[in-house]
Amino acid sequence: MKIHEFQAKQILRNEGVAVPQSIVARSPEEAGAAFTTLGGAIAVVKAQIHAGGRGKGTIKDNSAQRGVQLVKSAKEAAEVAGRILGKELVTIQTGPDGKLVNQVLVEAGCEIARELYLGIVVDRSSHGPILMVSSEGGVEIEKVAAETPEKIFKEAFDPDLGLQSFQVRKLCKKLGITGASVASAERLMKGLCRVFVKYDCSMVEINPLVVTKAGELMALDAKVTFDDNALFRHKDLLELRDLSEEEPSEVKAAETGLSYVKLTGTIGCLVNGAGLAMSTLDIIQLHGAMPANFLDVGGGANVQQVTEAFRIILADKNVKAVLVNIFGGIMRCTTIASAIIEAYKTVTFTVPLVVRLEGTEVAEARKLLVDSKLNIISAEGLTDAAKKVVAAAK
Amino acid sequence: MSILINKSTRVICQGITGKVGQFHTKGCKEYGTQMVGGVTPGKGGETIEGVPVFDTVAEAVEKTGANATMIFVPPAFTADAILEAVDAGIQVIIAITEGVPVLDMVRVYPRVKASKSVLIGPNCPGVITPEECKIGIMPGYIHKKGPVGVMSRSGTLTYEAVWQLSNVGLGQSTCVGLGGDPIVGTSQIELLKMYQDDPATEAIMLIGEIGGTAEEEAAAYVKEHVTKPVAAFIAGQAAPPGKRMGHAGAIISGGKGTAAEKIAALRAANIEVAESPADMGAAIVRAMKRSK
Repeated sequence: MKIHEFQAKQILRNEGVAVPQSIVARSPEEAGAAFTTLGGAIAVVKAQIHAGGRGKGTIKDNSAQRGVQLVKSAKEAAEVAGRILGKELVTIQTGPDGKLVNQVLVEAGCEIARELYLGIVVDRSSHGPILMVSSEGGVEIEKVAAETPEKIFKEAFDPDLGLQSFQVRKLCKKLGITGASVASAERLMKGLCRVFVKYDCSMVEINPLVVTKAGELMALDAKVTFDDNALFRHKDLLELRDLSEEEPSEVKAAETGLSYVKLTGTIGCLVNGAGLAMSTLDIIQLHGAMPANFLDVGGGANVQQVTEAFRIILADKNVKAVLVNIFGGIMRCTTIASAIIEAYKTVTFTVPLVVRLEGTEVAEARKLLVDSKLNIISAEGLTDAAKKVVAAAK
Repeated sequence: MSILINKSTRVICQGITGKVGQFHTKGCKEYGTQMVGGVTPGKGGETIEGVPVFDTVAEAVEKTGANATMIFVPPAFTADAILEAVDAGIQVIIAITEGVPVLDMVRVYPRVKASKSVLIGPNCPGVITPEECKIGIMPGYIHKKGPVGVMSRSGTLTYEAVWQLSNVGLGQSTCVGLGGDPIVGTSQIELLKMYQDDPATEAIMLIGEIGGTAEEEAAAYVKEHVTKPVAAFIAGQAAPPGKRMGHAGAIISGGKGTAAEKIAALRAANIEVAESPADMGAAIVRAMKRSK
């Protein structure tokens, strides 16, 4: 689960991590008032959406306005907020439609001496959390990793022991952080590692992490993502969820127990199992078309789930044909065939449907589909299914 | 021969009184697996599917001589269930449960590794040695005994591969679902080593997917240490970055974990790569021919 920057910063503050003073505003008036309350000569107005790249991103119908802007008066803060709020912000991560900005963060400016990068993730190779820092702040870490990997420094830590002081000293040495700033780095780094473990995060990213001219380390931006599988023990975090930031069809699918990811192609897919679902996208692409979605109906799909899955797939106007690909194991093919027949009758199918079934009770299942006299194209094998659905979409 | 499990393996089910645990205990028993008991705290003394239920794994081991377990307990209790099995000295622990918090696995992992137990999963379909022992949720009848070791991060895609193998006349030594989570008990490398050492395994089918660098590490290992023919398929060539594709571990993040990188690494290790998921069976045939 993702949260907004202002929510992430509140969590950091609670854990003693230094962040600039800031106030959330939902109208230009509130933004102007926030500037006055902060009381400084400068402030930064920052669009709050879940996607990254806001500083370089621009407002959809006003490419002169970026998602993050420095302001020097209450009047200017209100004007900038007025140009951002209620508009779509397009960044490298949002896609061309952008994301609607419902709130901005008005943040006190600070005097920056250096910009660094800090990230915490679970590293699969070392089987535990690692803290990564880089001297290249404000730059995408992917770019640094690809071009100058020697500028990234990593320290693995035990979730229950936490980051140790010697690890902070090692990292400071490598980053060239000295004197009183080391104590500031220790508070910040240890605090962030505590946040990561305490809230079962899947990522904590501070980019940029700044060293102020006064020598203090401060989180200028904050991206915090939680492990969805651990949310059952963090009920309080659920109220931070902003459904308006999520793809509505994906939210709907999740409520029905379906795993759905919207994509941009024309072939709708309904598959059982994540691996087979990914492979189905692959084989569609290999045959010259693009998938419209990833959809895993799971191990025990029933009529209600298949019906809902069809509804979600067909609601996507790009879909020109649908492929059902089921390898019936524990779930019998006859069960899924009956579900398809029932669902087909309930949902209005305006595009061709290709069905490939294999596995338990497949012969009986194919007979059910034929006997139903419904307009379903039957396929045998993955390649046949892909060819038929790609042809049907043309 | 085979790896991990065989006809003398004695299996219990942790979470046997749950609907899913009971269903699959029955399925495994029908396949011929020696199901010798089950564990559900507070339900000791009951009998489910003809096997005795115990309150603790330690008691089940003492009374039944179990050396393997199949875990179906809910995600919140899976770490506890795994550690209980480790504590009781169970040799092969197979955790089917999906949705275990990653940090739980971070804490469990070193304790499993410091023990004599092997953990497969979580979030996996299980392990099957055809015609001998099935521990998990896979449809037993599609498998047949033979020379190919199959290892995978997913379920239904493995069934697809096994199906294709059977269609080209190749049976399997042991099929292992390693699990779709970021941290799982056994790595591809550890499994490759077991297959390399197993006389019954003549060729290895590796089914990977996007996310992490396990396949790259496996490729490097194959190059140095595996003399048996290996074929591979990587799912997720069409997956966009930053989107989780069903499995918690199947995500391209930070520009890492793409199918293209993995395929390049596999090819560099002289592994026969199936371009299409429909080509997995044929790929293992090519790999076996090439090595002759």
